[in-house]
Amino acid sequence: MTPKAPVIDWEALSPIVALAGGACIVLLVGLLRSRFVRAQVTPFLALVTLGTTAGLVIWQWGANTEIVERALAIDDLTLALTMIFVAAGIGTVLLSWRSSAVVEAGEGEYYALLLSSILGMVVLVAAQNLVAVFLGFELLSIPLYVLCATHMRREHSLESGLKYLIIGSVGSATLLYGLAFVYGATGSTDYAAIARAAGDLSNDVLLLTGIALVVAGLAFKASVAPFHQWTPDVYEGAPTAVTAFMAVATKAAAFGVLLRLFDVALIDLAETWGPALATLATITIVVGNVGAIGQSSIKRMLAYSSVAQAGYMLAGVVVSTQLGVRATVFYLAVYALMNLAAFAVILARERETGLGDHITALYGLGTERPLLAWPMTIAMLALAGIPATAGFFGKVYLIQAAVNNDYGWLGVVIVVGSAISLAYYLRVIAAVWMRSAADAPARPPLPTGARPAIAGGSAEATEAAARPRGVVQVEIVVVAVVCAVATIVFGIYPDPLLDVARDAGAALSGLV
Amino acid sequence: MTIHLSILIFWPLLLALLAGLSPRGIAPVIALLGSLVPLGYAVLLLIDFDPSARGLQYVTDDKWIPDLGIRYSLGVDGLNLWLVGLTALLFAASALWIALRPPERAKLFAVHFGIAETAVLGAFLAQDLALFVLFFDLMLVPFYFLLGQWGGPERVQAAVKMVIYTLVGSLLMLAGAVALAVLASPGATPDFSLAFLRENLLGDNTQKLLFVAFSLAFLIKMPAFPFHGWMPDAYRNMPLPVLAVFSGVVSKVAAYGFLRIVLPLFPAAVDDWQLIMLILAICSILYGSIQAFTQTNLRLILGFSSVAQLGFIVLGIFALDAGARGAQGALLQAVNHGLVVAPLFLIIVLLAARSGGSEDIRDMGGIAFRAPVLAALFLIVTLATLAMPGSANFVGEFLILLGVFDSKLAIALIASTGVILASVYALRMYIRSMHNRQGPAVTSFEMSVRDALVIVPLVLAIIAFALFPQRAIDAGEPAVQGASQAVTGSAR
Repeated sequence: MTPKAPVIDWEALSPIVALAGGACIVLLVGLLRSRFVRAQVTPFLALVTLGTTAGLVIWQWGANTEIVERALAIDDLTLALTMIFVAAGIGTVLLSWRSSAVVEAGEGEYYALLLSSILGMVVLVAAQNLVAVFLGFELLSIPLYVLCATHMRREHSLESGLKYLIIGSVGSATLLYGLAFVYGATGSTDYAAIARAAGDLSNDVLLLTGIALVVAGLAFKASVAPFHQWTPDVYEGAPTAVTAFMAVATKAAAFGVLLRLFDVALIDLAETWGPALATLATITIVVGNVGAIGQSSIKRMLAYSSVAQAGYMLAGVVVSTQLGVRATVFYLAVYALMNLAAFAVILARERETGLGDHITALYGLGTERPLLAWPMTIAMLALAGIPATAGFFGKVYLIQAAVNNDYGWLGVVIVVGSAISLAYYLRVIAAVWMRSAADAPARPPLPTGARPAIAGGSAEATEAAARPRGVVQVEIVVVAVVCAVATIVFGIYPDPLLDVARDAGAALSGLV
Repeated sequence: MTIHLSILIFWPLLLALLAGLSPRGIAPVIALLGSLVPLGYAVLLLIDFDPSARGLQYVTDDKWIPDLGIRYSLGVDGLNLWLVGLTALLFAASALWIALRPPERAKLFAVHFGIAETAVLGAFLAQDLALFVLFFDLMLVPFYFLLGQWGGPERVQAAVKMVIYTLVGSLLMLAGAVALAVLASPGATPDFSLAFLRENLLGDNTQKLLFVAFSLAFLIKMPAFPFHGWMPDAYRNMPLPVLAVFSGVVSKVAAYGFLRIVLPLFPAAVDDWQLIMLILAICSILYGSIQAFTQTNLRLILGFSSVAQLGFIVLGIFALDAGARGAQGALLQAVNHGLVVAPLFLIIVLLAARSGGSEDIRDMGGIAFRAPVLAALFLIVTLATLAMPGSANFVGEFLILLGVFDSKLAIALIASTGVILASVYALRMYIRSMHNRQGPAVTSFEMSVRDALVIVPLVLAIIAFALFPQRAIDAGEPAVQGASQAVTGSAR
């Protein structure tokens, strides 16, 4: 009797294979000595990989298969989120293209790490098995720890990487501990089996402790308060392109796994975890919005804003309905567009003015560079949920989902949060349009004082990184403009995105 | 199904974008073109409108976002017909003013100005709740930029304050609108169309909650006492041609919102909250009037007088008398107030030019001496403001008071003092600036043709409206009665 080879569904596996293969190729090509190959060909290959993945995702749309002994579900939810990762990846590659961080870290390594992080995200959101969850979680996190520190001679970047590593590890450990508890209580690592067992265990301390630990672990990654403290520091210190990637893609991945875990495996316990998550959402919205007020570093401000936005999206998880899933996916897509536009502008000004990400770097942008000023304005208005931007319908959808399942008060929390958020979003718009470049201080307010020396960091390098480097590069403007235009277009005609969100919601067939 | 209303709404936006891309010199002219076409359309609407027909005319109703239950639905009836006309007129006047005195960065100015007109017209014409909320919130954005970039010395703080204040209300309204649509269609895709929501009213307790959300948004936008905190700063700093449309039109959207949305959709709650709303209206009238005759800055005098006038409008809306005369008066008064306040704000520019740049009435006086035409025009507008018998404002206030006398006698007695107070602050403003001893920095001279080109047509409009107020009342009658009797009929 010949042993039967396992059936491998290569078609469904193809996006994952493409990403993994692309990462290897980019890494190897990056080893070549030619300067041109390293600086131009590797990012191009990374873009090709991402483009291929996008193509495969579109090809697989609607197939809804489960692969690897049902550990991974390549359904429309996974694919929709993969598209967000790919979009964020493309944006990040373009933003990193001529960045000094890439040169310092080695081009091949940088882009290979980026691709493997995206691979981890795909595995994470496809996972319907606890082991696969952890696998994806680590594959996503470890490359990011390194990417944060790729400005290798800048103290802030190193500090950011180290901080993310330590806090991320705590998060991973908590998650793993929780997963073990869940397995212990239900006797299975498979989501379907957990769902069958969990129905009778609604008062089981072991399971509830496990869920609480899992929530805490994932909340670290999604920067949900009170597990968000690392966010501002890491966002501020990391190279801006990496920050953009973390803000957009990591958030989407964390919410993908939250959606699948809670709305598939633990759906029968919705009455237990629903109010708890709703409370977390409220805390997150308040903490994020209040924290963002008064930040003068735009990256820090956007970090707090991303905390607040995580709170809004958590509302979509809490309601545990089809509508909630759709609203979350829609908001994640919109959120990706708005943030990429904003970070692209920040990056452009960092390179142009030498004021770093300080808000004064935006002074006079409206008269000097309309092509950067408008995307920034649109991004801020969209984040605040102003009509005629996609952010408006994102909020409408979330509120609709909340009201529909008796969480009307959560809808009120969302709008109160949005009202607070105007205070800081408008500050950015005011800096862009209502101040002139002459108001800005001559030299950047560089961090000074007795900071702990971190191995490899130097004040000179920090200063060198802050030095202006001439004209804005065209690819950054393209990212900003494309994302801003998409934000407006989806704000007027959101149907295509809503269709995607509906398919993604339908993937979780157990929900009403 | 017609496309005319869509052209009316989006034409200013289209030309605004064009102005943004055009050379600096002709941007204001394109903006002017952008507001003249809607004016032409509005005039045609006024002529063509069939006052005897019930229900909406020129309806546009198309699906827009089926997943969210939002339709692209527009229509005209007696409630918004004259307000659309007012909007088109004031924006055209203001655009002409701007074309004759181009501001700095005229291209950007034209862009925001056009977006503003589109948003206001959209809010007036929307027949879908989500569409209304969308335009209502959108309205704020261009005015934020116009105030923040072209305003006075404290423009940035004033702009932020205005946006936060008014958006708090608007966002609550957004949540309320979503909740309303979801709860009115249980188990199905929500439906935001006003016609559907009028048929499917909610339970009393839910109505009360949602009433608060909507009323708060409208009262802040007006602004009414005690939600006027943003008004003094914004009025002090906003460029005057912008302030003319802002005060003339935007506050009317709020008043219109009560008639279009609150009365028909929350009849039970309106009945419960009537007394509180009337008391708020009285407070607005008294507080606004008293402030108006203690302030010395012309902008603030007009700002607080607007608070008082809008108090009258709220009073009329919530009179809920059997014949709906209060609501009819309120609608008429909304148009009247817009017509008088816009030329007044433009006249401030002329007065400031004659008093050494000051907008304070203590620095003025004696301007009428060498500017008789300006004085005459100013006098006509002032008399209309204080509701002189013979003006349309008199008819409006009379109808409002008549309505309130019918339903709440005590409130009507207090409110009538507001009429007297109005003549105090209006005459004080006129006398202190035009008559009295000549101020130290005053150099009086006659208005130029350039100024007259804008102000004379507006004054003519006031006079014409004073001669034929009946036309507006007739057109509005069925719609207003429908709105008002939605409450009186269902609750009593």
